Amino acid sequence: MHAFLKTGKLAAGPSTSGTSKEKVDKKKAPIPWVEKYRPKTVDEVAYQDDVVAVLKKSLEGADLPNLLFYGPPGTGKTSTILAATRQLFGDIFKQRVLELNASDERGIQVVREKVKGFAQTTVSATRPDGKPCPPYKMIILDEADSMTRDAQAALRRTMEKQSKTTRFCLICNYVSRIIEPLTSRCAKFRFKPLAQDILVKRLGYICNEEGLQYEDGVLEAFIETSDGDLRRAITTLQSAARLRSGEDIRQRDVYEISGVVEDTWIEKLMETCTTDSYEKLSDFITSMMTEGYSATQVLNQLQDKIVGLGSLTDLQKATICERIAVCDHRLIEGGDEYLQVLDLSCLIMKELCHSE
Amino acid sequence: MSLWVDKHRPKELGKLDYHLEQAGHLKKLVECGDFPHLLVYGPPGAGKKTRIMCLLRELYGPGVERLRIEHQNFQTPSKKKLEIITLASNYHLEVNPSDVGFYDRVVVQELIKTCASTQQLDTTGQRHFKVVVLTEVDKLTKDAQHALRRTMEKYMATCRLVLCANSTSKVIPAIRSRCLGLRVPAPTVETIAQILQCVCKKEGLSLPSELATRIAEKSNRNLRRAILMCEACKVHQYPFSSNQEIITPDWEVFLQDTASKVVEEQSPKRLLEVRERIYELLTHCIPPEVIFKGLLREMVKFCDGEVKCEVTRLAAYHEHRLHLGSKAIYHIEAFIASFMALYKKFLEENMSKMF
Repeated sequence: MHAFLKTGKLAAGPSTSGTSKEKVDKKKAPIPWVEKYRPKTVDEVAYQDDVVAVLKKSLEGADLPNLLFYGPPGTGKTSTILAATRQLFGDIFKQRVLELNASDERGIQVVREKVKGFAQTTVSATRPDGKPCPPYKMIILDEADSMTRDAQAALRRTMEKQSKTTRFCLICNYVSRIIEPLTSRCAKFRFKPLAQDILVKRLGYICNEEGLQYEDGVLEAFIETSDGDLRRAITTLQSAARLRSGEDIRQRDVYEISGVVEDTWIEKLMETCTTDSYEKLSDFITSMMTEGYSATQVLNQLQDKIVGLGSLTDLQKATICERIAVCDHRLIEGGDEYLQVLDLSCLIMKELCHSE
Repeated sequence: MSLWVDKHRPKELGKLDYHLEQAGHLKKLVECGDFPHLLVYGPPGAGKKTRIMCLLRELYGPGVERLRIEHQNFQTPSKKKLEIITLASNYHLEVNPSDVGFYDRVVVQELIKTCASTQQLDTTGQRHFKVVVLTEVDKLTKDAQHALRRTMEKYMATCRLVLCANSTSKVIPAIRSRCLGLRVPAPTVETIAQILQCVCKKEGLSLPSELATRIAEKSNRNLRRAILMCEACKVHQYPFSSNQEIITPDWEVFLQDTASKVVEEQSPKRLLEVRERIYELLTHCIPPEVIFKGLLREMVKFCDGEVKCEVTRLAAYHEHRLHLGSKAIYHIEAFIASFMALYKKFLEENMSKMF
């Protein structure tokens, strides 16, 4: 019995220290770089001049309208509004801002209860420490285009009625999916896709901060594979850094991580298409598929290639692109990769070799 | 006595036979401690599972190999009872959610939630997270994939997901962008031949290199299949001779016969005969996609250039419709019927040209 108690005590000792140690670990647990390198102030937001101008005005004390941000992913919509609210509210950020995104439940029920409830409370124009702050709260609805129409409709009246105490910021990719009554209640801002040089600068800055070594052309590769989406570029950068910890990041790694098919494969595929031999084509596609490349990616890259190809007439290009669209659609609905790519390549072969 | 495939499966990252650079990367990943969600993809028999198990062993030590099979029960919101079999060790949990078909969303939500919301008991010298291995992610419904997306972010602290899929085409971009993608290409024919030699050496057998190459070529770069074929050959005839017959699965032969039957005669009567054969294949659980691909491969052998493309187009069209419909036989039959029409027209045109 005594021994049991003793061992019990002994076991309790190290385990508590273990948990406390773990807490320390968790604090140190690396946060995604996307979060780490979000702009902290509105001034840091790159390239979106209109919005920045409006937000700066409101920081100086002018009133803020309801906002609607739209634009392609990774252009800084969420970052901008987060930075702005942080500057507006400072320490009381947590009490004044409600952020909902697509991963939260956002049916009509939530709009009626949570959003309305949050919007109804009034706030004072001073912070607890006596400094002035704007007399309103902020509700950020991220990825608003994935909200149901009913939920959007439920917002309409809430938005107007609570305009004294609450500002809304809707963020979406496609403004066409937001119902008209909502868009007319907001000031709309379009976020432009970021320019190449700004992306390069930002990535270069992160690499510098993290002390990463990389080959020439790597940053360009990141940007090329991410289609102007800064978030995706940073995510791939972090993955690459984890994989190659301590070594130079090579261009090849970037392509590998982002799942891009190596250019030689696409070129070889086009070459095989010009041979006018079905057997060669079929064999080649089999071997390409066993390499594990995704067919959607192959279609994407083929399209780039076809559009830039000089030896085809516009009509032929159109025919091929239409088939690419059809095949892509079929793939999404679960079609077999090999068959779809083969189908497309057959058409390309026909257009290349048998055009009158 | 276990099959060679299981017996000679490498258990450590250092013992893998190919894609060594990737193995090195994985090792580094484990060492640096910061472990992201993984999406491992590649064709069947390329060694995805082997790599995942090696990775787990590297993470947790040999304890992961003590597996137990568990039956878990779930209830859908509509009160339907589901049962799913999971494979678990103290550190990880492996499950194939598509086993329960349409209800995979429930499994994804419930199972991962229960697994992830419990902390590891013994944290000394262990990782503070568990691993959930989900196989056949590409067969998950869109609903389940969206549910996964939320769970992935929520339980990042206690749980890492390793997703295993044949292709990323059917995995939604939101999941792809949250994972570190690992492509596992199929081994080349030479590599397979080498591995076969290796396996035979360990078994104390001598394998002629020609036979090894032939098996490797016949396996369509599928290593598992190659090893199984090799073992079958050994049962069939040992000592090996280099021109030994490699047994092809009888359904493949059956499929070839079916295709030649279609080419032989194009009539409603023949279509009826072929239907029986297709039913036979389907009742033996040959996936309809495989039947499509097999038929196409055989049929184009009898056609000319232009017609080949046309047949391919038909196959792609009908195979896609197969996924929208519910009964495979309709679509396979539609493909065969339209092929018959096309082929007959092609023959007649050729005839009229000759005279």
